[in-house]
Amino acid sequence: MKLTLKIWRQNDAKAKGKMMEYQLNDVSPDMSFLEMLDVLNQDLIDKDEEPIAFDHDCREGICGMCSMYINGRAHGPDREITVCQLHMRSFKDGDTISIEPWRAKAFPVIKDLIVDRSAFDRIQQAGGFISVNTSGNTQDANNILIAKDAADTAMDAATCIGCGACVASCKNSSAMLFVGAKVSQYALLPQGQVEAVDRVKNMVAQMDLEGFGNCTNTGACEVECPKGISLENIARMNRELVKANMIKF
Amino acid sequence: MSGFFKTSIGRKYAMALSAFFLIIFLIIHLSVNLTSLFSKEVFNEFSHFMGTNPLVQFAMQPVLVFGVVFHFIMGFVLEMKNRSARNVKYVKNTGSANSSWMSRNMLLSGAVVLAFLVLHFIDFWIPEMNVKYIQGDMSGLLSDGDGYRYYEELVHKFENPLRVGAYVLAFVLLALHLLHGFTSAFQSIGATMGRKKTMQNIGKAYSILIPLGFIVIALFHHFNH
Repeated sequence: MKLTLKIWRQNDAKAKGKMMEYQLNDVSPDMSFLEMLDVLNQDLIDKDEEPIAFDHDCREGICGMCSMYINGRAHGPDREITVCQLHMRSFKDGDTISIEPWRAKAFPVIKDLIVDRSAFDRIQQAGGFISVNTSGNTQDANNILIAKDAADTAMDAATCIGCGACVASCKNSSAMLFVGAKVSQYALLPQGQVEAVDRVKNMVAQMDLEGFGNCTNTGACEVECPKGISLENIARMNRELVKANMIKF
Repeated sequence: MSGFFKTSIGRKYAMALSAFFLIIFLIIHLSVNLTSLFSKEVFNEFSHFMGTNPLVQFAMQPVLVFGVVFHFIMGFVLEMKNRSARNVKYVKNTGSANSSWMSRNMLLSGAVVLAFLVLHFIDFWIPEMNVKYIQGDMSGLLSDGDGYRYYEELVHKFENPLRVGAYVLAFVLLALHLLHGFTSAFQSIGATMGRKKTMQNIGKAYSILIPLGFIVIALFHHFNH
């Protein structure tokens, strides 16, 4: 396959970036998108040019590092995948592909296609945990009974990998699908109840502080989420916040 | 709860609550107007009651004006804040791949409805205020004293095809606004959990039937008189 790539190049956080054009003449349809970028980078290195900086770790769809907006969509054209799971057979010979980093004030660009998603870490640190004694007194897991549907729904929420595709796809750069999933995975389980009030209040406060936009329920996040996290998690978070404010205000 | 309304989610709630208020108002307004299709007398009686009842005029009317102004200002403020959350725009963005046109253009459809409201105020509300509170004529009677004036005024307004066209266009935009807004308001207060499909269907029915009702009224009076 012959491809024209238009890729965002930006030296550092402060530099003004721009789209640069590259040609690739021998792309196999069986390559993953990241492998295609590896080939391009090798070409650039061979020509003594600066390779394109992009984030990747596991290359099996669970690390959520590949913050790329491909042809106007988070992680490219297919559903419920990350960029390493996107293959070049999804494109046609002669295609022009545009590749940009996530765009959000809360996710500043570090270099080229790499963004700083540590805002998500700070939200998680604000309440996305349960405080348990891990010093050798762990009780049997089955001591606390949990309904099957609650366990399943909590697990669905917990599959969020924090990749930021929700923020990237949202016209408001809202992080509510991520925060909704993190709040929900504990709100549905008995272990999460003890700190439920502070958790939702603190996580939402941190989310607002980071400068993410507000959700207008367009549903773009749900469509583009590689793990299929449902909008119901946002509804649940909204309920949890009202409940928390009624209990403790 | 005061802290709650300062959070992003609290503002969503406030937006949704004002939307519910306006959703209910539209049902009441349409119900009264629909009577004009069947009976001049019933429409006149309803209009006179709404126009002269102190509870409607001095309690419900100011609340309604506040509701409309609040919904618009809050919507506008949130939209501006949301836009500032993305300081560098995408070079290429395919919004249509993951969201509806309605959901991405609430400000546009809302602005058209607001422009319509200005026209509507000039057409009906300001003349009403003038007759009742400036000229002091609370009788609701025609100038020759032969019955109520409300039905005649309604018919007269819909003679002009340009005005009818503007009304139809505004209500199509209202339908588009509601097609996203109705379900969105319920989602914001967390009421769609476990019943998303049902809420979407109710939302679709409401969003199409209510504006359609207003359009039918405008067209009926335009072509029947």
